[in-house]
Amino acid sequence: MHDVKTEAALDSAWSGGKSPFAIGSKKLGMWLFIISDTLTFSVLLITYSYSRLTNPDWPRPFPINPAIIFSTTMTVVLLASSLTMVMAVMAAQRNDRKKTVMWMVATMVGGLLFTGLHLTEWFNMITKEHFTITGNPEGTPLFGAVFFGITGLHMTHVMIGVIYLGIVAVGYGRGKFSAEDVEVNGLYWHFVDLVWMFVFPLIYLMSVKY
Amino acid sequence: MNTQAHAEEAHAGASVGTNVAIWIGLVAITGLEVFLAYEQLQPSVMLTVLVVLSVVKAAMIMSYFMHLKYEKFSLVLLLIPATIFCICMMFIFFFPEAFRLLQLRSH
Repeated sequence: MHDVKTEAALDSAWSGGKSPFAIGSKKLGMWLFIISDTLTFSVLLITYSYSRLTNPDWPRPFPINPAIIFSTTMTVVLLASSLTMVMAVMAAQRNDRKKTVMWMVATMVGGLLFTGLHLTEWFNMITKEHFTITGNPEGTPLFGAVFFGITGLHMTHVMIGVIYLGIVAVGYGRGKFSAEDVEVNGLYWHFVDLVWMFVFPLIYLMSVKY
Repeated sequence: MNTQAHAEEAHAGASVGTNVAIWIGLVAITGLEVFLAYEQLQPSVMLTVLVVLSVVKAAMIMSYFMHLKYEKFSLVLLLIPATIFCICMMFIFFFPEAFRLLQLRSH
C-alpha cells in the first residue's frame, strides 16, 4: 500500500509514476536509438550530397540494366519485408504466436534476399567494373568511399536486423518474449527500410548512366 | 468516444488495408523517382526533388508502419522537432558552400 504522496506521483504523468509518452521503456529506448542512428546516416548522406554536387567528374556507373533494375528490386524487396513486419506486429498484438513467427520469418527472408542481391551487386562492381573503396576508372575516387561506406553501413544494419529478428522470433515462439518485443523489433526493421528510402535515390538514382 | 475506447483504437493502429495502401504508395513513389532519374535535370534540382520525395516516404513509414501517428503526441514532440533541427543545422551552409566550391574549380 502506497502513502498519499506516492499515490499522487503515480497519478501524475510527469512525476515518475507513469510513462509520460504512454509507451514502455524498451520502445522509448529503441526510438531514441533510432533518432541517434538517423543523425549518423544524415551526416553521411549530407556529406555525400555535398561531394556529389561539388564534383562534376562524379562517376555514373549505374545503367538501367542491370544496376537500376537490380537496386529497384532490392527497394521493393525491403519495402515488402516492412509490410510483412507490420503483419507480424499485428499478429503479436492478437497473441497469435504461430502467425507472428511466420511473418517474422518472411521478413527475415526479405532481409536475406536484399543482402544477397546487394552483395552480388558489390561483387560485380568490384570484379567486373573495377570500382574499389579507393578508386575507379570513371571519375573521382571519392565515389568508392561514399558508395561502399554508406551502402556497407546500411547492409550491416540489415544483417544485424535479420539476426535480431531471428532471436526475437525464437524467443516469442517459445513464450519468452512479449508482443512489445516484437513491436520494438519492428521499429528497428522499419528504420532500416526508411534509411534505404534515402540511400537508393541519393546514391543510385543520382548516378544513373544515361 | 470514451478514453478507454480511444486508447484501444490507438493501440490497434492502422488496418491491414491501410498498411497495404501505404505500401503501394511507397512503391509508386519509388517508381516516380526512377522515372525522374532519367529526366536529366541539374544535379542540385535532382537532389532537391529526390530528397523531398524521400522525406514524404519517410513520413509515411514513420506514421503508419512505425505507428507514430497512433502514439501520444508528446512522443512525437520528443522525437521529431529536435531531429529536424539537427538536420537543418547540418544543411545550414550546404548549398551556398557547395555552389561556391563549384565556382572555384578550374574548368
